Amino acid sequence: MDWRGWAEIVFTIALTVAVGWPLGIYMARVWARETTPLDLVLKPVEAGFYAALGIDRNKGQNWLGYAGAVLAFGAAGFALLYAMLRLQGFLPLNPQGFDGVSPHLAFNTAVSFVTNTNWQSYGGETTLSSLSQMAGLTVQNFVSAGAGLAIAAAVARAFAADRGETLGNFWVDLTRSVLYVLLPVSILTALALVAAGVPQSLLANITAKTLEGADQIIALFPVASQEAIKQWGTNGGGLFNVNSAHPLENPTPLTNLIEVVSLNALAFGTVIAFGRVAGARKEARALLTAMVILVGLGAAAIYSSETLTPQPAMVAAGITDAPANLEGKEARFGAAASSIWAAQTTGASNGSVNSMHGSFMPLGGGVAMFLMQLGEILPGGVGSGLYGMVVMALLAVFVAGLMVGRTPEYLGKKVESREIKFAMLAVLILPLAILGFSAIAAVLPVALEGLLNKGPRGLSEILYAYSSAAGNNGSAFAGLTANAPWWNTTLGIAMLLGRFAYMVPVIAMAGAIAAKPKLAPTAGTLPSDSPLFVGLLIGIILILGGLQFFPALALGPIVEHFQVLAATR
Amino acid sequence: MIANLRPAIVSMVLFTVLLGLAYPLGVTGLAQALFPAQAGGSLIRNASGEIVGSRWIGQNFKDEAYLRPRPSAAGKDGYDAAGSSGSNLGPLNEDLAARIKTDAEALRAESPAPIPVDAVTTSGSGLDPHVSPANAARQVPRIAAARKVPAAEVQAVIAANTEGSTFGLLGEPRVNVLAVNLALDARWPRAQR
Repeated sequence: MDWRGWAEIVFTIALTVAVGWPLGIYMARVWARETTPLDLVLKPVEAGFYAALGIDRNKGQNWLGYAGAVLAFGAAGFALLYAMLRLQGFLPLNPQGFDGVSPHLAFNTAVSFVTNTNWQSYGGETTLSSLSQMAGLTVQNFVSAGAGLAIAAAVARAFAADRGETLGNFWVDLTRSVLYVLLPVSILTALALVAAGVPQSLLANITAKTLEGADQIIALFPVASQEAIKQWGTNGGGLFNVNSAHPLENPTPLTNLIEVVSLNALAFGTVIAFGRVAGARKEARALLTAMVILVGLGAAAIYSSETLTPQPAMVAAGITDAPANLEGKEARFGAAASSIWAAQTTGASNGSVNSMHGSFMPLGGGVAMFLMQLGEILPGGVGSGLYGMVVMALLAVFVAGLMVGRTPEYLGKKVESREIKFAMLAVLILPLAILGFSAIAAVLPVALEGLLNKGPRGLSEILYAYSSAAGNNGSAFAGLTANAPWWNTTLGIAMLLGRFAYMVPVIAMAGAIAAKPKLAPTAGTLPSDSPLFVGLLIGIILILGGLQFFPALALGPIVEHFQVLAATR
Repeated sequence: MIANLRPAIVSMVLFTVLLGLAYPLGVTGLAQALFPAQAGGSLIRNASGEIVGSRWIGQNFKDEAYLRPRPSAAGKDGYDAAGSSGSNLGPLNEDLAARIKTDAEALRAESPAPIPVDAVTTSGSGLDPHVSPANAARQVPRIAAARKVPAAEVQAVIAANTEGSTFGLLGEPRVNVLAVNLALDARWPRAQR
């Protein structure tokens, strides 16, 4: 490790927050349907959408109506994408002439993109046509992120309401989040990426004649446009098999900075927007502080692991001066840029990678896994990270309330049994999906066939896969060959649980909170903008995640770490 | 639920047209007009106009007279630009240990200099266009001997194609392998070797 590496990590996090902050202020205006500079262009488009959808933009939905719309939209998106992938061979814009995708892979991929996970069982450049990439995957990259933002807006309104009956209108929140936020930032980012070297082409493969006379087939795609929304929408599904490690997706340290900042900026911005809409700016800043502290600690832990842990293979080969683990890392990024990306992508349910987590040292990979298991709230997916963090904040004030024997309040709303039941229902989905499926896969021969590495690393491949799927992350210990019926199906189910079985209780919780009267704080209220509260929140997040997952992590990354130490002594 | 049917279906159709077609095609048009070289994949052509590669895609140079890239896990022979892949081997994997041992022995047969980590590790993509400056410097005597030219001049060609950390802050110092080899061939054309 070196000072430049630490400086790059600190600078990256600081820049991400600095970009996200004004975006959040802008997004609060979008959610509140206030005027924006883009109205001139987008107002007519927006009005056209509502007319075609046949909705009344001023009619709010109660929590059941809102949740119903979310589910209907997810179902329609799944059906369209599944059909498109299956029929790929008959559809246009298929210069490589790929066949239709197998049923289990189409199921997995469609679920993966509708749930904002973007788990890649497919190898992009060898499986999917340009049409599938653009009209299928890119569309879901936008709208699954838009759906997450819409729910964040609904949760924010729930706290602002005083005996409110509605949470807003899902179709309006979705349309405005996509048109006014995701689309403009993606266009700007895509053009910036092209300028910095990322291709954007509709040509088929190009054949180069190398200097030594061999043919090299170079796969080109409209990369930049998908890269931009893949990052902004915390989607993470790459055009290429190796995602943002591919030099055409991410050719320079500058494109890397653009991509890693856009990976987290909007999720941080969502917290700021929440604070404005809910009328709780200071409290939102406390949530943001907790996120930054935890993701920063994660990045520091991964960077330390990748640079300080001795490497058995190097020691065995007699290479004594090995300052960093570079297996699976690109020369242009090195350990620091790979570590900060790994922390930001696993803290954020993005799942894009610029290095192969499957070759990380045990604790580095373990921290990446733990960041996902903490609930994808650091800062989490766009929208979903915010509402996950609010759930944690409710649990934190609830625990604090139990300690002093008072009914807890958060942002002027009494937190009572109904809200806590919904919150617990939501947070229990993760251990159920992750540990339940992992336990079965660990003893099932058909599942074990997919593993590349043996022993604790093999268990880590399983655990990482289900953590990634249930957390809607999408990154992998890619040694796992997941494109097989068992893995495609169970990972698809884990993704659905992690997305919708989390979302619906959260919307129900928002409905319950909206219906309560808004109270003024009293002397007995725990201030939720203080350092004490930030500490309490971090404690709850770590204790909850640790209690659930530490036994499994002890059998995977932790025991492997001691094996590495033993092998290099 | 029935009330949601129309907006769900209609919105998916509209979003597909706007985000799946208009957005990527619009960005493609703008990108091709504003930055045609980058948008087309940063391809490099030789004097007769043939494409010899992309600036960003590594090639599997084996010749002694060329700067060699890092090991690659992409495709059977490495550097398969249509099938990117890392090795995904964990730190205790026996295959990884065996591969690094073999590679290290081959490198030691060439030179007693210390072996830089990137010379025996595969990249994430298997298409890494760069090597570290230490890795390049270690290869200078071999390249100079194969081309029968002074080592200092080879080192100068490498130095001219070396980039530092961007803004002194981002990423690692690196040498573009294809750019170096094109420059070497331009300086000392193959026929004269």
